Amino acid sequence: MENDHLVLRVVSKIMMPFILLFALYVQFHGDYGPGGGFQAGAIFATGMILYGLVFGLDRARKVLPWNALMFLIPLGLLIYIGVGVVSLLLGGRFLDYDTLNPHHPHAGQHLGILLVEAGVGITVAAVLTAVFYAFAGRGVKQ
Amino acid sequence: MSGFFYVDLILFAILTVTAITIAQLRHLYAAAMLSGLFSLVCASIFVLLDAVDVAFTEAAVGAGITTVLFLSALALTNAGERFTPRRLGLPALIVVTITGATLIYASQDLPVVGSLDSPVQTHPLKSVYLEESVQETGIPNVVTTVLASYRGYDTMGEVAVIFTAGIGVLLLLARTRKPGSEAGSS
Repeated sequence: MENDHLVLRVVSKIMMPFILLFALYVQFHGDYGPGGGFQAGAIFATGMILYGLVFGLDRARKVLPWNALMFLIPLGLLIYIGVGVVSLLLGGRFLDYDTLNPHHPHAGQHLGILLVEAGVGITVAAVLTAVFYAFAGRGVKQ
Repeated sequence: MSGFFYVDLILFAILTVTAITIAQLRHLYAAAMLSGLFSLVCASIFVLLDAVDVAFTEAAVGAGITTVLFLSALALTNAGERFTPRRLGLPALIVVTITGATLIYASQDLPVVGSLDSPVQTHPLKSVYLEESVQETGIPNVVTTVLASYRGYDTMGEVAVIFTAGIGVLLLLARTRKPGSEAGSS
């Protein structure tokens, strides 16, 4: 398994940076074009799953360890809720991004949506990758 | 419109043929691969409908991740469906026929795709979202504005659902370890 599939390994190695870059583009360009956290998270997870399929689960786990995923899954949700709590503390309503930058409500909206979408992306990417790890890891004799 | 009509027609034909083939297949590996094709064709249709966001998700999750998870599940279980003799279920046939006829009858009341007097176009919220959202938030993409700003609670709930579902699946699937063994050993 490790020695054949040379074309597959070379091509996926070349494709990996572009897949991850596209995920980041979809993530951070969501304010202007189509995209956002859900899509970016799914694309990022697809990249990790491709890596895991071609190079094996062990190498994928070296790139993105299981413990890191267990940290990232709640982190995304906490970022989202945290933005809401911060806007409460700044004197606005829950998830009222205008308060993040009182002099520039538009900048506040931009910042808030950017942070919230980052939270969505982190949780989605981590959950999907972790589900793949859990599925693929079950059949393997350790 | 007319050029896209034939593309739509071809894509829907592929979609229908794929669905019928999946329903008839006994070999689950082939069925999993074809369901990936089904999702990919769906993603193309979403692109034609100008719903690129949905197409991204469908292509990544439907065609990519779900297919891989199907195959992983098949590797753990069995790639063949247990043989059940085909027989004509008359009650099932009646239910399916009535449901299908009802859906076709109901579809007569749907507005034409893109028509100007559909509820989507005439609802007062449309002008709020499409015309005032840029002034209120300064963000050009209305979909993102609605998702993250106007309906931030909604999206937070969705992330919580994904979080909960992920934790649930991981609890079911993840290898149970003995208390003494190392956590990071797998």
